[in-house]
Amino acid sequence: MGTVTVDGQEIELHEGERLNGIEAAARAGVEIPHYCWHAGLSVVASCRMCLVESGRKTPEGDVQMIPKLVPACQTPATDGTVFVTKSEKVVNARAMVEEDLLIRHPVDCPICDKAGECHLQDYHFEHGRDQRRADIKPFTSRRRELGDTVTLFVDRCVMCTRCVRFTREISGTSELFVANRGAHEEIEVFPGFPLDNKMSGNVVDLCPVGALGDRDFLYQQRVWFMKAHDNVCTGCSTGCAIKVEENQDHVYRVKPRENPHVNQWWMCDEGRYGLSHIHDPRRLTEPKRRDGDEFVNIQWTELPGQLDASLRSATRVAAVLSPHLTVEEAYLLATYVRQVDADAVLAVGPVPVQGEDESFPNGFTIRAEKCPNRNGVEAIVSQLGGTFLAWEDFLVRLDQGDLDAVWITGGYKSDWIDDATAARFSSVATLIVQDLFASPLWQRATYQLPGASFAEREGSYVNHADRLQSFRWAVRPPAGVMVEGQLYWRLLERTGLYDARAVLAEAARALAYFSVAGGEIPEHGVDLKANQMAGV
Amino acid sequence: MSDFQPILLANIAIENSHTRAVYESTGGYAALRKVFAEMSKADLIELVKASGLRGRGGAGFPTGLKWTFLPKEHPGPIYFCLNADESEPGTFNNRILMEEDPHQVIEGLILSCFATNTTTAYFYMRYEYPLAWKRVQAAVDECYEAGYLGKNILGSGYDLDIFLHRGAAAYICGEETGLIESLEGKRAWPRIKPPFPAVEGVFHKPTVVNNVETAACVRHIAERGADWFRSMGVPPDPENPRDPGSFGPKLYCLSGHVEKPGCYEAPLGITVNELIEKFGGGIWKGRKAKAAIPGGISMGLLTAEEFDCPLDFAGPGRYQCLGLGTAAVVVMDETVSMVDFLLNSSQFFAHESCGQCTPCREGTSWALKIMQRIKAGRGRLIDLDLLLEIGDNIGIIPGTTICGLADGAAWPLKNGIRKFREEFETYIKQTNPSGFAETEPVPALEMIGVH
Repeated sequence: MGTVTVDGQEIELHEGERLNGIEAAARAGVEIPHYCWHAGLSVVASCRMCLVESGRKTPEGDVQMIPKLVPACQTPATDGTVFVTKSEKVVNARAMVEEDLLIRHPVDCPICDKAGECHLQDYHFEHGRDQRRADIKPFTSRRRELGDTVTLFVDRCVMCTRCVRFTREISGTSELFVANRGAHEEIEVFPGFPLDNKMSGNVVDLCPVGALGDRDFLYQQRVWFMKAHDNVCTGCSTGCAIKVEENQDHVYRVKPRENPHVNQWWMCDEGRYGLSHIHDPRRLTEPKRRDGDEFVNIQWTELPGQLDASLRSATRVAAVLSPHLTVEEAYLLATYVRQVDADAVLAVGPVPVQGEDESFPNGFTIRAEKCPNRNGVEAIVSQLGGTFLAWEDFLVRLDQGDLDAVWITGGYKSDWIDDATAARFSSVATLIVQDLFASPLWQRATYQLPGASFAEREGSYVNHADRLQSFRWAVRPPAGVMVEGQLYWRLLERTGLYDARAVLAEAARALAYFSVAGGEIPEHGVDLKANQMAGV
Repeated sequence: MSDFQPILLANIAIENSHTRAVYESTGGYAALRKVFAEMSKADLIELVKASGLRGRGGAGFPTGLKWTFLPKEHPGPIYFCLNADESEPGTFNNRILMEEDPHQVIEGLILSCFATNTTTAYFYMRYEYPLAWKRVQAAVDECYEAGYLGKNILGSGYDLDIFLHRGAAAYICGEETGLIESLEGKRAWPRIKPPFPAVEGVFHKPTVVNNVETAACVRHIAERGADWFRSMGVPPDPENPRDPGSFGPKLYCLSGHVEKPGCYEAPLGITVNELIEKFGGGIWKGRKAKAAIPGGISMGLLTAEEFDCPLDFAGPGRYQCLGLGTAAVVVMDETVSMVDFLLNSSQFFAHESCGQCTPCREGTSWALKIMQRIKAGRGRLIDLDLLLEIGDNIGIIPGTTICGLADGAAWPLKNGIRKFREEFETYIKQTNPSGFAETEPVPALEMIGVH
């Protein structure tokens, strides 16, 4: 408990809370500019951009100020601390630091990827001087590759050392270091030891200026043309909160979004650079129906009716719910097949597992389970389907030969079914396959339905720790593709557009596992375990 | 003062003064035996506190007080670092002590370690002192042989090991926390304080960092007592409650344009004039003095009219200098151009800035570029104001940097330009008659290598 004063405005501290000057000021709505400080990294207080005046309120009400400037990042906000962030002294110090940082900066904003989201630009606009007084010719735009993912533009660097601290404290790989001294300092890697850890892309997000460029994104798009959409990474069952940045339905990059319960500020390179499937030319875009040995195109307008008729004529229906489906989509499809056939068989699609979980020193984990929603889909299968069928169980059930209509959903980024497994579906009269890419099963399908990638979906995923996170679509699917949720919505003869939030609320009422997800889902998601514990 | 007999330098003229045999023949290690026989650790701390000994490394912080900042009853190890990274331009007093009388330093170090309850000491020596390195290492070896170091020293039950660590030639390693980082094998980037080293220093353990000459003084205080020590020097200024006084003998490094440069010992408070006349044999070739650095280049400049400045911890401050520093007095005669002096000083600090804090990294390098341009005949009068602005705004005193290197870089700029402005203006007007009044930014010089 305690009171901190920022520019005359009083803010309350919560019990046991440890804030620094920057965080305390942010709570009061005052932005203190900073480069080197980052909430996820150690404090070095070296950029000196966050200099403020600080003091302490005595119990008598007097304020005793420290006679010199102090860095806000290093100054704890405790009961009675006073921060002054707009005095002449502070304004001058900020102008000085900005001027200093621009002395050797090439100011090549027109060709810099960071322009538009650059702290140096923003802070200079707000705190810098209007005239350049330095007579030093900036260095040329030297650049070198630090590794396969990151390029260093040497002279744009402001030496905040966030990237160096990231490789030491978060990834634990220590590839980056500072070479040389004084104004000759540069970020560097040792020869033969490039920046190649599995979280390397984060240093680009951390860089407050344009010094570290993402080789995947470099020169692809100006940042001000892009819109960011909150999403959840589907690369593994960690389910990192991400932002998908797109312009005109093309996804250019993915960045982590802060979520203290899941990924803090980070994400792995696998998720960050695992975008190619969204705009892969091999993606399926035409819904087709088998006609003898041929496939004929059908209209999406006719499709729901035909599918419905085919399924209703079958004696036993089964649906395989892919762990790439959102909770809402899986719930809708399961509800639909149950409506068609009250005893329909529900099963979980194959769960891809690659290697073993990989943890980093700060606790960030890349999981071996390469799908976003196994927990959510499994809960639906086990709570709606009576007996729980995993993929292997389903194949055994399939071999009994009595399933004459099977709806199978894919959505995997890579091959997920082999010829032999696909051959076990030969007894199925009506095989509906909904997928991103062609597979052996696709060729056997009665109905071929192109599916959506994660950036086009809308709904919620439940990660490995039972945390449900919701998101909206970022881009529209390619022409010819209907997003799963929309198709199921239509099959259930609901009106209007697919409304994921309404479906989740419905699932929360119907299934105990989702019961805490009935209301508004907060930015950081909800913990479904909370409800299980309440039940105990 | 005329009857003052050298204390710290008493033995350096004796042949083989660096050996244990000679040191013991002049009463060496008697203080150690006396302390082990008669005093507790707390007694020794009290004695040093009572003596008013202030650190000889530059900042002049009271040594006894620094020791008391260590946590009481600390369960883990406490480390002692002896700062022998003597890199302040003009300074060589530690070198004399280490080369000619290393046992005196080691005895003081053992006593300091005993007082602070330390069993491991690191002797951090700058790279450029090969002879000192050899002699200190030999002296440490001799001490192990004689039982002054190692387990159960002189049967007192006290253990101490001394490790010599050789730096890699960087000015910043002489900064207390830069030294600690360097000792840990890292880049010598000074740490943010708090925590202070006494709470968390080397390897995250409480640490004391003291100067070589400070340790040597501890030895004499232990031998002759606090009153004897306080009999020399300058008492506290009654008008300045924060002045604890400057007591004891001090090694002054006199260099530059004097007839007899060298390291001389005198009680604190000797004036620059006295130092030059009594020890230096007057200005070189009978010329007139122009200026002097009072205590290492980072302390600023005194003009010839200010040579009555007493060289105690408070003295130079009254003459707009930073302080006594390392008491390295560099005298410049009338032939020296202040432009050259400031160019040289700017070059030094731009080269030695560790590059951590923006204002120091960029400020020192910018000041150097301006000085290079002025020297090259393209200076503007407005440059002098720019230099002053840089000087006034970098350092721990305005609060814009982590360590004091930037203050050191700022003081020659501030003193140089404020005290010799006319000379700078004349130089600029003469060398750049067509552009000295220019106020627009001038095109840059091509990059001149500074590294």
